[in-house]
Formats: sequence, structure tokens, C-alpha cells
Amino acid sequence: MTVLQPSVFARKLRSRIGDGALLISCGAATLLVMIIMATIVIDVIHHGAPRLSWTFLSKAPEQGMTQGGVFPAIFGTVALVIMMTIAVVPAGVATAIYLHEYADRDSWLTRIIRVAVNNLAGVPSIVFGLFGLGFFIQFVGAGADRLFFSGHKVLGQPALLWAALTMAVLTLPVVIVTTEEALRAVPQELRAASLALGATKFQTIIKVVLPQATAGILTGTILAISRGAGEVAPILFTGAAYYLPQLPWHPQNQFMHLGYHVYVLATQSPDVDASKPLLYATVLVLLVVTFVLNLSAFVVRSRMRSRFAGGTS
Amino acid sequence: MSHSRYADDTATCSIPTVTTTGGTVNASAPPAAGPATLTAKVTPHRNAYTPSMAPAWHRVAELSIRVTAMTSIAAIVLIFAFVAKEALPLFFSEHVHKEVTLGKMWTAQAWPGYDSPDYIWQPVSEIPKFGIWPLIIGTLKVSLVSMLVAVPLGVGAALYLSQYASRRTREIVKPAIELLAGIPSVVLGFFALMVMASWFQDLLGLESRLNAVVAGVALSFAIIPVIFTISEEAFGAVPRSYIEASTALGAARYQTVVRVLIPAASPGIAAAVALGLGRAVGETMVVLMASGNAAITSASFVDSARTLSATIAAELAEVVFGGAHYTVLFFLGTFLFVITFGINFIGDLAIRRMKRKLGVAQ
Repeated sequence: MTVLQPSVFARKLRSRIGDGALLISCGAATLLVMIIMATIVIDVIHHGAPRLSWTFLSKAPEQGMTQGGVFPAIFGTVALVIMMTIAVVPAGVATAIYLHEYADRDSWLTRIIRVAVNNLAGVPSIVFGLFGLGFFIQFVGAGADRLFFSGHKVLGQPALLWAALTMAVLTLPVVIVTTEEALRAVPQELRAASLALGATKFQTIIKVVLPQATAGILTGTILAISRGAGEVAPILFTGAAYYLPQLPWHPQNQFMHLGYHVYVLATQSPDVDASKPLLYATVLVLLVVTFVLNLSAFVVRSRMRSRFAGGTS
Repeated sequence: MSHSRYADDTATCSIPTVTTTGGTVNASAPPAAGPATLTAKVTPHRNAYTPSMAPAWHRVAELSIRVTAMTSIAAIVLIFAFVAKEALPLFFSEHVHKEVTLGKMWTAQAWPGYDSPDYIWQPVSEIPKFGIWPLIIGTLKVSLVSMLVAVPLGVGAALYLSQYASRRTREIVKPAIELLAGIPSVVLGFFALMVMASWFQDLLGLESRLNAVVAGVALSFAIIPVIFTISEEAFGAVPRSYIEASTALGAARYQTVVRVLIPAASPGIAAAVALGLGRAVGETMVVLMASGNAAITSASFVDSARTLSATIAAELAEVVFGGAHYTVLFFLGTFLFVITFGINFIGDLAIRRMKRKLGVAQ
């Protein structure tokens, strides 16, 4: 008959304590992250929902931002995001196609592009703001003014166009990375089959590869839009305005923006208590917009993944 | 050797030479003539589609794809060039040097009205003072707090999800963290300013409502998803055989995790920390709204702090174009760019090392 050695017993005890401690600390970390997330969402819904109404969504701000709604800010955000999408999606998709379909994976050029994309994703958003001001407004805009408008300030000032282009540069890595992931998921056999039927490489990409990768491109676009709708730092100096009586119908107009609205209202409002309910409602709108976008990106992406899960990768 | 996804698109259609050996195969060949060679020439059918017949715009489109692919390189170069360009007068302009030089920014200066030389950031005063150290200290304080919160939570949650969580839990937690990543930083800043700051003040009895701790904790919410995602990928990339081998040797689960899993995933965790730090140093809106923005040199974490990024955001709108202040702010931007570029580069190297170490394909 074997007697349980004390050392064995001690070791078992230690294992159990160690296992328990690890499980509890990791579980607690996960739980805490979820609680943080829930707290933010619940707080914003709790304070913001009562003020949310059709009037709020469709009216302009009134009486020093203490009454009315946020329609111009919604309009400005949508205009910004549309222009940004028009600029960023073709550029991002083309880069991803080049990287995955054309480029030699080990060439120095491909490596440099990858390093550039990775680093672009890490550039602080405020630096994008400086870049937008220094490049788009001071260099491109002011340069065009000197050339075409004999020095009158037409293009060389903050505007929707410049803000959208700045945001497009910021969201470029998002589109590239997700599109490339989608291209990677397209089975190699499809390309081979298309080429075997006599299609050229370009025809294969347009008619076979891209249609298969639509979901991925859509995911990238949605994520870029979500990012573009929420970022504020890049538009601080490139076109956002606190209050405008008119909607920005022209790319050279300045515009109101939901995120910028939240920032200004929260930090520079003359009467914080009076504008607080509206502020909360604005935050709720912004949060709902980004959540809906991110959630739909998540759904599209997981569908895409399960669709290709059975195939070879 | 080409790694292109297309085997060889320049190869033309040709039939290999057929070699017959003697009369058994080809009866008409003379028996003693030795190996005879038959070459078949293939002419495409007159309706066949050949690559040269593709519309001209295909070539144009292919060319534009190649050109567009350079956008990212152009962007990163232009960002650096144009932000640094606006900062150049700091080095060369006499006009700017009347107010500030690069050396003066980094060293203690004797200001009128102060007893001893000091590092002071007061760009909008009668005598503008551009001491950069208060801003660097503020940035370090806020980043440190955010990393102290975000690393344990992010890595812990990743470990839990990769080792303990059921499928169901994973399916709830992962999208939730992705949603957390999607919360705009201005919303986090708002939450910190309106809600968290009061909680912290009540809880800790702080003197200044907005301070480095509030900003750092709020900032950590933006960084947790970054650290979580990369470390979860790192844990997932550790081969099952490592864990099975460790378990087979009689290791308890925590021993396997501490001695096998974490060391194997360590380059990934290092990458997660580096990329998280890069984000923390550069993040603007949260700190702009929640840190209190007082540029003071103090060691206390519950004092108000001002970071590099928040300084740019708060001050650039009110400066004279091309003036000393404007130039200095662009210098801060260049400085921030270089720092984050360095941190992200290290993070990238770590990720690549992890992939090589664990044999994960790109």
C-alpha cells in the first residue's frame, strides 16, 4: 500500500493553488474588461437616451448648444466619411491587390510597402492633423491658390475636402490589411482554374478574385468608416468647425462633426450643466453609429471566414 | 525564385518535344535511324483569346494598380517630410531663434521672476517659455499609468480566452472587446471627464479632478484591445504540442502556462506591449480631455499633466502661422512621429520574430 508522501501532497496542493490563482486572475481580468465596457455603454445610454428624439436628430443646435439637435454634425460626419471612402477604398484595394496578386513576396519593394503600411497604422492621429495642415492645406491648397487664384485664399484653408483626404490617409492601413486578408482567403485553385481557361491575370483578378473577396473589402470599408466617423484629432485643424449656420454642400466648406461636437461641448461649453443632456445624447449617437458599423464588420467578416473555412488556405 | 501567386504568366503555350524510341511506337520511322524527333507546332484557333488581345485599358489598370500601391510609402514619407518641414525654422530661422532654440527647449532656463533656472512650458505669455520637459514628463506619467492598467488586463484576458474560456464565452468576449476597440477616443475622453474624474476624486480625495491617473486609466481602455488582440494571437500561435508535452511531463496547468506558454509567446507579448505603448504615447483626445492639461513638472501622478499630443491639439488652433510657437508645435509633432515610429518598429520586429520562432506563415 502506498502512502501519500508529504512532498507529493504539498506539490499537489501547490498545483491547485497555482491553477486556481491563475484562473481567478485571468478570469478577473476578462471580467473587468467586460465591466468597463458595459459601464461606459450603460452610462451613456442611461443619460443620453432620454434626450434622443427625432427632433434631436433632425434639428440644428439652438441657444448656445443647449437646445435643438445635432443634424448639421451628423450631416458633416456623413459627408466627411463619404468623401473619405471615395478616396481610401480604391487606393487601399489597389495596394492590397498589388501586394497579394502582383508583388514578389520577398522583394525589397514589397517589404518597404509593408513596413510603410504598418508604420502608417501607428502614426499618432494628431500627427495626421499636422500633416493635413502642412501638406494638404499649406502645400497643395495654398500652392493651387498661387497658381490658379492669384493668391486668393480659396483652397488653402481648412475644408471638408482636406479633412476627408487626411482621414483617408489615416484609414488606408485598415483597408489594405482587411482586403489583403480577404484576398488570402480566396482559394488558389480558383485562380489556377481561371488562368487555365485562358483568362489573363488581370481578368482573373477582376472577374474571379475580387468578387470572392467582396465581403472582405466591405469589412475593410466599414471599419475605415467607423474609424473615420470617430477620430477627432486629424480634423481639429483641417476643417472641423464648432458651429456653422449652413450645411457643407461644397467640399471647400468647413463642416460640423459629431466627435468634434462632443469635444468642444465637453471642454469649452460656457454652461456645462445646461448642455450636458444634449452632450450625452450626442455621445450616444456617435456610439451607436460606431457600434453598428463595427458590429456589421464583425458579422461580415465572421461569415466570410466560415465560408472559406472548409477550403484550402 | 519568384513567389508570385501566378506560376509563370509569361510562358507561351508550347507542346514539349515528343521523342520516340524505335519502330515499336512509330512504324513509319526507319528501324535503324535511331531516336526520331517529332515537333508539334500549335497554332491557336482563329477565335482563340490570347493575352495580347486583352483591351488596352487592362494594361492601364494594371499600371495604375502598381502606381497606387506606392501610396502608403508616399504617405509615410510625406507625413514625415511635411511635419518636419514646418519644424525646420526651429533649426535655421533667426526670427524663431529670438524666442526659442532647440537647445533652450531641453535645458533649464533662467526666467525673470523665478529664483533658479527651471523647465517651463508657457508658450503664451509675455516671455514665451518653451521647456519641453514638463510635456515629456506628462506624457510618460500618463503612458505609464495606462500601461500598468492595460498590460495585465489585456494579457490576462487573452490568456483566459486562449486557455480557459469555453467557445460560448469566447463568442461573447471577443466581439465585446472589438466593440471596445471601436469606441472613439473622444467618447472615452468624455467618459473620463464627466464620470470617471468625479469617481476618482470621491474615492481618493484628490486635489485636482483631472490628473494623470484619470487620463491614464481612460487611455488604457483604448489600449486594452490592442494588447489583447496581439497577445491572443500570440497565445494561439503556440503549438498544441508544446502544451501537451508539458502536461505529459506532469506539469500543472499554471506551470505549463508560466514555464511554457508565456515564454513561447513572449515575443508576441512584447510586441503587444510595444504597440500598446506606441498608441498610448500618441493618443490625443483622451488625454486632451481628461489630463487637466497643466504643464507642471511634478513627480505626483495625481497632479494635472499635459502630454505632447494634447499640447499640439490644444495650442495649434491659436498660433500665428510660421511663428515660433507654430514651429515648436510642429517640432513636437515630428518628435512624436519619430518616437512612435521607433516603438512601432520594435513591435513589428517582435511580431516577425514570433512568427519565425513559431513557424507561422505570413
